[in-house]
Amino acid sequence: MKTKLIILALVTATGVALAAPQTFDFKDPKGINNAGFKLDAPLESINGSASGVYGTVTFDPANPGATRGKITVATSSLIVPNPLQRQHMLGKEWLDATKYPTIIFESKEFKNIQTTGDTTTADVTGTFTLKGVSKELTVPVKLTYLKDKLGERVPNQKGDLLVIRSNFTIKRSDFNINPGQFEDKVSDAIEITLSIAGASPK
Amino acid sequence: MKRTFRILAAVLVVGAVAFWAAAGANHGWTKTRVPRKVVDEVTGLEGVQWQDKFVPGVDFLGAALLGAGVLAGISFFVPAKSR
Repeated sequence: MKTKLIILALVTATGVALAAPQTFDFKDPKGINNAGFKLDAPLESINGSASGVYGTVTFDPANPGATRGKITVATSSLIVPNPLQRQHMLGKEWLDATKYPTIIFESKEFKNIQTTGDTTTADVTGTFTLKGVSKELTVPVKLTYLKDKLGERVPNQKGDLLVIRSNFTIKRSDFNINPGQFEDKVSDAIEITLSIAGASPK
Repeated sequence: MKRTFRILAAVLVVGAVAFWAAAGANHGWTKTRVPRKVVDEVTGLEGVQWQDKFVPGVDFLGAALLGAGVLAGISFFVPAKSR
């Protein structure tokens, strides 16, 4: 009887351990992770990207709805093709990268979760902080869990990957970035595309 | 001297337009970096790598035309032949 109980306890403990949430680190050694952004402008749209993406996400393949995390983008890593536009963008008048060095999204709640195979789509509500202003946003995300694929991306490492994709739009006026000004030159709406992969080594 | 300024203005306009056209006739702003898309085979993610490259735009053409205009303008105030 005692032996049976011990075996049952061990099986239960193993099951709990296997189902435990994993923490994925989004610091990307390959430099692929990026946050793209697009603003409409009269001559041509302003298209740029940021490569300084990092953060952690806790994901449980058995319970994707419990996913929580915080993704940060280094403001200084934002790049646009025109050097003068970049100087203005990072300057005091616009993003003030020196005073506000990070752009952050921290998730709070997952809703409308749909899982098919390794892919989960959901609407994530969280706090988006830009230029020191924090707003609650709900954005669509697509999570792809790639079990045991870390070794294919980073040699000599075993583990899993989590890919996060999201497209959403914010208004710069909501974040005190020249609200109501220069809208004939730069649109109020900013389209954001997040394409990131995180690793959970074993 | 007058003629020299006008030739310089013409060379500047022709040279700038030729350079702009040869570099792809970019109708947008001048770029000093261009994005190159990179696909990660494992995750399928599309990343962006920025490469240093000068691509003249309409502002470059404008500056060249302005410079040529200044040179041509100066030519009206200099004597036809230097003594």
